[in-house]
Amino acid sequence: MCAKRLHMPDPLDILTDALIMSHIERGSRVIDLGCGDGRLLNRLKVEHDCSVLGVELDYKQFVACVSRGVPVLQANLNKGLEDIPSGSFDFAVFSQTLQQVNRPRAVLEEILRIARRALVVVPNFGHWKVRLQVVLQGRAPVTDSLPYEWFESPNVHFLTMRDFRDLAMRGNFRIVNELPIIGNRAVGRAWLPNLRAHSALYVLERSGD
Amino acid sequence: MATDIEHTPETDPRSVGLVEKQSVTLFHPPHELTLEGDKSLGPITIAYETYGQLNEARDNAIFICHALTGDAHVAGRRRPEDRKPGWWDAFVGPGKGIDTSKYFVICANVLGGCQGTTGPTSPNPATGAPYGINFPFLTIADIVRVHKALIDYLGIDRLLGVVGGSLGGMQVLEWAARYPDSIRSAVVLASGPRLSPQGIAFNAVGRRAIFTDPRFRDGDYYGQEDKPQFGLALARMIAHITYLSEKSIQMKFGRKLQHSDELTYDLQRETEFQIESYLHYQGKRFVERFDANSYLLLTRAMDYFDLEEAHGPMRESLARTDARFLVVSYTTDWLFPTGQSREIVSALLDARRDVTFLELDSPHGHDAFLIESELPMLHDVVSPFFDVTYASHARH
Repeated sequence: MCAKRLHMPDPLDILTDALIMSHIERGSRVIDLGCGDGRLLNRLKVEHDCSVLGVELDYKQFVACVSRGVPVLQANLNKGLEDIPSGSFDFAVFSQTLQQVNRPRAVLEEILRIARRALVVVPNFGHWKVRLQVVLQGRAPVTDSLPYEWFESPNVHFLTMRDFRDLAMRGNFRIVNELPIIGNRAVGRAWLPNLRAHSALYVLERSGD
Repeated sequence: MATDIEHTPETDPRSVGLVEKQSVTLFHPPHELTLEGDKSLGPITIAYETYGQLNEARDNAIFICHALTGDAHVAGRRRPEDRKPGWWDAFVGPGKGIDTSKYFVICANVLGGCQGTTGPTSPNPATGAPYGINFPFLTIADIVRVHKALIDYLGIDRLLGVVGGSLGGMQVLEWAARYPDSIRSAVVLASGPRLSPQGIAFNAVGRRAIFTDPRFRDGDYYGQEDKPQFGLALARMIAHITYLSEKSIQMKFGRKLQHSDELTYDLQRETEFQIESYLHYQGKRFVERFDANSYLLLTRAMDYFDLEEAHGPMRESLARTDARFLVVSYTTDWLFPTGQSREIVSALLDARRDVTFLELDSPHGHDAFLIESELPMLHDVVSPFFDVTYASHARH
């Protein structure tokens, strides 16, 4: 595997964390679905005085959460979140995980059952590098932000920003805010975002609210 | 579960070493304990063991609740020549899951048991003879109330944690609902807010086995030479099946025969398969250490336990404590299936409490939390859980 295909997540994750945190009010109740080692939740707890809960399937990551003092449920997002009572949270964070679940629309609706607002970060497979790789090389893309070979990728769905907007039209929720992430920053009004953003942050709310 | 002695208890740095059973007598008349069944009982002797040191602030105490037929002897050895250490020796000790170099650990025998705390085998002060079947009816709440009195006696206002599996887990829930300000954290393993009807059914068959043993003599068998061992052994055999899993029986015994490679075609033969031999052995060993009247009482207490029946909806009763919760279930536990744990978790989330939940993958069924090979996983979670609870308290 070439060096380019190695994943260097930290700078991007820190950026995403900061971006997510800027959308969460102090003292809120926050759930992070696919919370990894609980780093973001711990920051929300310590710096923003939030009351937090993580959901994570991976055992090592789960233990890391416990060691940080972040309360966490070991659960598979594909099997639903039915143990979590409706309206338990002010915010749900769903970062770089939507493309990994079997039924994204059902999971999003479930998330908006348990939380008032959802902050969803998704990779944009409409990015020009991805498009170029597919067109020129005729191969599944491997880029800095999508660093997996197709056969070991956790991603089971491939979506673009346009696709996500379509999904939001069909689901029982609406997009309150769309923030394309270009390079290492989130841009409120970007030119050609679907071509230039490697990821996007969406703020979602239930349609009824 | 048993480990062979590789070190003597005095030299093994990972053992709590030699421990002594202690006891205290409380609830002297006229301050008897009024039991849930409205009868009063006193005086009550409570037998317990402690490990590690209580610190000056008295805020590092962890109370361990034992399961149905367990006892206060949770770790270490009482005599150097003891072949087996306490029932959770691999989990309780210096540097272990519950670290006795940091925490002061207490485990007490339950009320109504037969290992030192007042129960049917204890002399009734009114007659001088053992209580026997006349021992008053008791509940999990009564057990916990007695243990709370012990904690008060030890001068501990608030426990750092209360931990228990199975019936011990029920006690933990009762602690949280009844004494919300007395605990900083609660660890509930392989347990639930009530026993399932299926669990009650198994207990019922066990009790019937004891009642129909001719030697049971309506519970008045103390002083007799022939104890009611057949019924009690049978009760244990039935219960033991519920502690295992299809997978663990398959792994350990399969359909292997006990005595030869061929079937004997002999109905009189008590053990043909290895699993039969194992169950008989478990039954036989059990009657050596347990009392039939205690078994009747404690299984009934377990059947009766219903946290919601006693304290109202869990989301309200568990909301009274600000303790942190850790709930653990096992994939192959069919006595307390994961759904039971999830019910607790759901109520805690509804109550906006701090809860961590994990279903551990184990082939060992309900007993997994006692199986040595499963303990490293539990250690990974319980140890940091207590560390964080202790540190967060120190900060405040």
